[in-house]
Amino acid sequence: MSVLVYIDTADGHVKKSSLEVLTYGAKVAEQLGTSVEGVVLGTTTEDLSALGKYGVKKIHHVANEALNNFDAQVFTKVIAQAAEASGATVIVFSNNLSGKAIAPRLSVRLKAGLVSGAVALPDTSNGFTVKKNVFSGKAFANIAVSTQVKIIALNPNAYQTIAGEGTAEVVALNAAVDAAKIKVTNVTKASGEVPLAEADVVVSAGRGLKGPENWGMVEELAKLLHAATACSRPVADAHWRPHNEHVGQTGVAIAPNLYIAIGISGAIQHLAGVNRSKVIVVINKDPEAPFFKAADYGIVGDAFEIIPKFTAAIKKLKGVA
Amino acid sequence: MKILVCISKTPDTTAKIAFTDNNTKFDVNGVQWIINPYDEWYALVRAIELKEKDAATIIHLVTVGAADAEPIIRKALALGGDEAIRVNADSHDSFYIASQIAEVAKQGGYDLVLTGKETIDYNGSSIGGMVAELLDLPYVSLATKFELAGTKATITREIEGGEETNEVELPVVVSAQKGMAEARIPNMRGIMAARTKPLKVVEPITVEALTAVAGFGLPPAKAGVKLVDAENVEELVRLLHEEAKAI
Ligand SMILES: Cc1cc2nc3c(=O)[nH]c(=O)nc-3n(C[C@H](O)[C@H](O)[C@H](O)COP(=O)(O)OP(=O)(O)OC[C@H]3O[C@@H](n4cnc5c(N)ncnc54)[C@H](O)[C@@H]3O)c2cc1C
Repeated sequence: MSVLVYIDTADGHVKKSSLEVLTYGAKVAEQLGTSVEGVVLGTTTEDLSALGKYGVKKIHHVANEALNNFDAQVFTKVIAQAAEASGATVIVFSNNLSGKAIAPRLSVRLKAGLVSGAVALPDTSNGFTVKKNVFSGKAFANIAVSTQVKIIALNPNAYQTIAGEGTAEVVALNAAVDAAKIKVTNVTKASGEVPLAEADVVVSAGRGLKGPENWGMVEELAKLLHAATACSRPVADAHWRPHNEHVGQTGVAIAPNLYIAIGISGAIQHLAGVNRSKVIVVINKDPEAPFFKAADYGIVGDAFEIIPKFTAAIKKLKGVA
Repeated sequence: MKILVCISKTPDTTAKIAFTDNNTKFDVNGVQWIINPYDEWYALVRAIELKEKDAATIIHLVTVGAADAEPIIRKALALGGDEAIRVNADSHDSFYIASQIAEVAKQGGYDLVLTGKETIDYNGSSIGGMVAELLDLPYVSLATKFELAGTKATITREIEGGEETNEVELPVVVSAQKGMAEARIPNMRGIMAARTKPLKVVEPITVEALTAVAGFGLPPAKAGVKLVDAENVEELVRLLHEEAKAI
């Protein structure tokens, strides 16, 4: 018996969300009185044994170059082999873009009940139930999983990473790897930018900014805070900003530590995707904007005056010129 | 080219979210129902665009739901599609629903199965992947572009902080999100035509669900906003730093 964590990588680097699921998996293992193991697919430049500080005892590494090409079908079969090798009864993924591609497939393959979008540790006091977001963050549900093997896909930023001491034993797993049907022919990454779903801080702006030419101040503020940038739906629809920045009920759902909303009215569909943020700051010139009801801090004022001042004040705090 | 588009019925985005029966059931009282936006705006419209390019394309819609899902499927047919199939079953878990869709897909022999990225009520993002595994087909999740040349699809999917281009031979299962297509409004002709398009009802296959909802809840309300004067932006930064410890 064990808890198996899928350690997601990109270009051979372990993703931040993987550290969250490792910490989470270690806690689940503690609850169940078992140990946590991990699985890494593809070649990596990192020292995987160092991941032991997040609680993982043993890492199965399938260092097969063919796995540097992402095909969920191929990955699923390899992870199923790792699950078997580790005798996993609980398998944990990040509910990130890879997790959303693999976890449902693995659920079918292993006939293992899946809870995707989990936001808390399982409740094992009476069966096995896991809390997840539903209605785009407007509510939650407790999902009971009755199958022998269970799969949890944990939402990014829902569980805090804790680093302690320890090293993991890294073992090579000689898994059978099918030929991929999907060929990854091109990868483009906005370099230096923080991925939105994983970001601790998000600076978001809406139609109140009037036009794409005014986003310079948003980007500057975001850079200063190591934040990702986001926007409301009409802004993406008007092509002022790329589609992948659109947050809300029909865009990306996020749960950063800090969400700064500038010139966004706070429509119910927008709030649905961001109301899981820990701290919400709203800057809007209309005191009646519905967003203030969902905010922790707010300033009623013109974004074009407030943002430069806000940026200057943060520079002062951080001691940057 | 034969396309199957998965259509789900979801509460309107402004619907009041409340629960009944000791917090075990969604309160449907007064709720307006819509086609799940991802299914409508991206999966269905992209299928229609493909048909516009190649008139020989056949589009079938499938929904798993009781008879009250029919207005939704008619609405989808008003946008486009040749016929619809309703699997006559109340909603269960994702595995149950995916199994029904996979069965329909097996019968129909489709080249492409399209789903929305997720439903806006359950937010599972699981149906596409499950259907693909049940059919032993490749799956491209959260696609933002889909192009076809003969039997080869070139698909762009979102990855953390960027995107990736995938090439794959049909048949394939794809979940669609923003970027795939531009949302459309049905016109009068479409609405009229939808009335006479075939809507087949089939009975579900026997499948055990793997999960069940034990209960629902609402998140705790916010304590209330702390307003800072526009002339005192530095105070906001201080609060965020010292009180909220967020910067
Ligand atoms: C089915 C459906 C799904 C939807 N999904 C989403 C979704 O996922 N995400 C989403 O965001 N929206 C979504 N919407 C749209 C949503 O209803 C709102 O229309 C949208 O969020 C409004 O965007 P906004 O706040 O940027 O613009 P507006 O509503 O136009 O608000 C602009 C705000 O900026 C303020 N403002 C103007 N000038 C200034 C200034 N100089 N300084 C400061 N403030 C200023 C105004 O007071 C106003 O509050 C959806 C709608 C539907 C029907």
